[in-house]
Amino acid sequence: MAVCGALVRSGRLSRPICGRTLSLIGSRPASVKRMASALSYVPETAPSDFGETTKMNLFQSINSAMDVALATDPTAVIFGEDVAFGGVFRCTVGLADKYGKDRVFNTPLCEQGIAGFGIGMAVMGATAIAEIQFADYIYPAFDQIVNEAAKYRYRSGNLFDCGRLTMRAPCGAVGHGALYHSQSPEAFFAHVPGIKVVIPRGPIQAKGLLLACIKDDNPCIFLEPKILYRAAVEHVPVGDFTLPLTSAEVVVEGKDVTMVAWGTQVQVLREVCNMAQEKLGVSCELIDLRTIMPWDSETVIKSVNKTGRLLVAHEAPLTGGFAAEIASTVQGECFLHLEAPVERVCGYDTPFPHIFEPFYMPDKWRCFEAVKKLINY
Amino acid sequence: MQTILSTSMAGARRMLWAVGKSLQEAVSVKESSTHLSFMQTSSGFTKRLGSTYTNAASFADDRPQFPGTGSKVRFTEKLDFLLPDTSPAIPVYRVIDRQGEVLDPTQKPELPEDVILDMYRKMVLLNTFDAIMLNVQRQGRISFYMTNYGEEAAHMGSAAALDPADVIFGQYREAGVFLWRGFTLDDMMNQCFSTHQDVHKGRMVPINYGSRDINFVTMSSPLATQIPQAAGAAYAMRMSGKPLCVTCYFGDGASSEGDAHAGFNFAATLDCPLLFFCRNNGYAISTPTSEQYRGDGIASRAAGYGISTIRVDGNDVFAVYNATKAAREICIKESKPVLIEAMTYRIGDHSTSDDSTTYRTSEEVHQFQQDSPITRLNTYLVKNGLWDPDKETTYREEAKSKVLEAFHGAKDRKKPPISDLMTDVYDRMPAHLERQAASMRRHVNIYSEQYPVQDFLEEDKAV
Repeated sequence: MAVCGALVRSGRLSRPICGRTLSLIGSRPASVKRMASALSYVPETAPSDFGETTKMNLFQSINSAMDVALATDPTAVIFGEDVAFGGVFRCTVGLADKYGKDRVFNTPLCEQGIAGFGIGMAVMGATAIAEIQFADYIYPAFDQIVNEAAKYRYRSGNLFDCGRLTMRAPCGAVGHGALYHSQSPEAFFAHVPGIKVVIPRGPIQAKGLLLACIKDDNPCIFLEPKILYRAAVEHVPVGDFTLPLTSAEVVVEGKDVTMVAWGTQVQVLREVCNMAQEKLGVSCELIDLRTIMPWDSETVIKSVNKTGRLLVAHEAPLTGGFAAEIASTVQGECFLHLEAPVERVCGYDTPFPHIFEPFYMPDKWRCFEAVKKLINY
Repeated sequence: MQTILSTSMAGARRMLWAVGKSLQEAVSVKESSTHLSFMQTSSGFTKRLGSTYTNAASFADDRPQFPGTGSKVRFTEKLDFLLPDTSPAIPVYRVIDRQGEVLDPTQKPELPEDVILDMYRKMVLLNTFDAIMLNVQRQGRISFYMTNYGEEAAHMGSAAALDPADVIFGQYREAGVFLWRGFTLDDMMNQCFSTHQDVHKGRMVPINYGSRDINFVTMSSPLATQIPQAAGAAYAMRMSGKPLCVTCYFGDGASSEGDAHAGFNFAATLDCPLLFFCRNNGYAISTPTSEQYRGDGIASRAAGYGISTIRVDGNDVFAVYNATKAAREICIKESKPVLIEAMTYRIGDHSTSDDSTTYRTSEEVHQFQQDSPITRLNTYLVKNGLWDPDKETTYREEAKSKVLEAFHGAKDRKKPPISDLMTDVYDRMPAHLERQAASMRRHVNIYSEQYPVQDFLEEDKAV
């Protein structure tokens, strides 16, 4: 006990382990691959008419969007868990200092409260920007989103609405997130008439689409691929600009295969485009859907009518995932143009695993195989 | 009548905002002369605990130094559990007794006689409306109805104490509040019959009223969802700088929902000028309060959130009025929530889909019918020479004929144009809905005999 006492008083029991102990654990084995470094983000260039740009990663571009929103709209507020100090992903850094604690504030730990509170603010005409810490934790808010936010305008005959509400949440695989820090819940919300669901593929897109959501007069859910927060860096316009909602973008033009994705998966399919060209001589047209709901079916249909082949890929599980909706629409609208059945490369119908993530993901090899299947049908 | 929520379109929705008003702006609210004692939570807890632990007393001081408690907490060496029934049950504030006698003259509200009579008449009108609409539903003319029997005083007393510009969120059993604020019988009938004159364009089941003109947000079926919304609305109200509050009605059952907990906690931590009004009527459909909670009602929970509270006799319109008026002042002056728990009784069935004889005795119901809010106020009025049986008969006839007139107008009125099925999902109709609308139109045109097309307003007649 005396020894214990000495250790306690010197603070040794609460210090991190010393160097001698550390050397017994050994250094990082070469076999440990850091999944995040496997992602290579290809930076894009902003249209020149959006003005001066500066280098920003994804969380900085989102911060910039919210900075613009609060600067230009005196009713705009940001709230959620831990947003005041800057947020667990640094998306709100500096905003509480700049705009005050009445406009950027923490809420108690309660997603249903965050959603309900946001709806109430929006009903009164204030621009409410709510943060849900992880999309995996959005489900307590599901009732408020589905039964209230989505239906506010319709049920009241346009007497009331909560169009000023935007809810943001980090989504998607991060390499080690497992069941509860990796989910992509877009399909749940796509099934609810009355809300918009938007997912950006990079910093420029994120800022423009987020500002569009904030200004849009419908409740929006903005899902941010968390793995891109630091990994995606490009020169983002510093000013106020928006990108259109319900407008899919052809990111790579091609003529043989149409590929549709959103968020991080767009980056994965960029690589698949290159692989298909190099190894198969196949020209792929890559479309970023951007808005999941209401989605721009016209752009996709036009592309598939041209190519005759469609691949849709997403991290969310296969069954009931949004690829199913796209595939179903395409087979109805492009039936006679199709050269092969629609391919969907998705997460398996399991909860998002921890150690098995490399096998679970719709990675470039699985997508490449799907392209081969489409070509060889 | 000043309205926060103006009726004009587009920019009107943002009319609430008075830009740049400071939270500290002095607000003058007329002092109430009644001396109600609210169970005020002590200041050590109501003060916002800062996000940084600022009480930097040294550890040499033998006091608890945890960020999780306020500065008033002390150590104890006694292994004593705080039993839930150690403190007495929160008392029920009342002004008049069951015989209509004012017990403490200082508590009699300063209400002009014509206002008190107006309260009574509106209670009777509501009661009449309920009775007729119950029958209308039984006849199959409307799909569903919910009566307000037994809660008329809770409605009128609270509504009369609010400013018309205060925004209200409700549950579903607050029709009296609508009537008080000027919602017409035609408005109610149009909503119940889903006619083309229903402001909601026929989209909701009966009794889900809402009105921009009277600042009462459209009600919805899911229980308690309005509670955290009311907190957000109150926050926005505070930000606007207007000396107004938000009032949120809900029942004893709804207060068990997670949304109620969320709403209480958010309102308290974010300093929202929100008046929580809980109608504790003893039942949530068939579930009595003994199966809904174990503690001392809903008022006892307030202290846990750092919220001031009062329990009132919900059948005593004066008590409800006094409590609401005083609570409102606290909300606005101190920018904090207050909870009123109005104890009352649900005399009617939960709804027309319910038969309460299957879970409670008719003796119990009869007892409360005899001491209903209407009877209580009637006794008071008659005792004070303001009312008599002749006036009663005359007014009841008048109420009945007014309701029937509105009924006859609404019952055969055309429903909204069929195209209203597809609009207002978003602010503008998206392409996919346009396609679906066209598809529906084509189908209905081909199969028009199979659909009740003649009941709906023709498209070109739609405004």
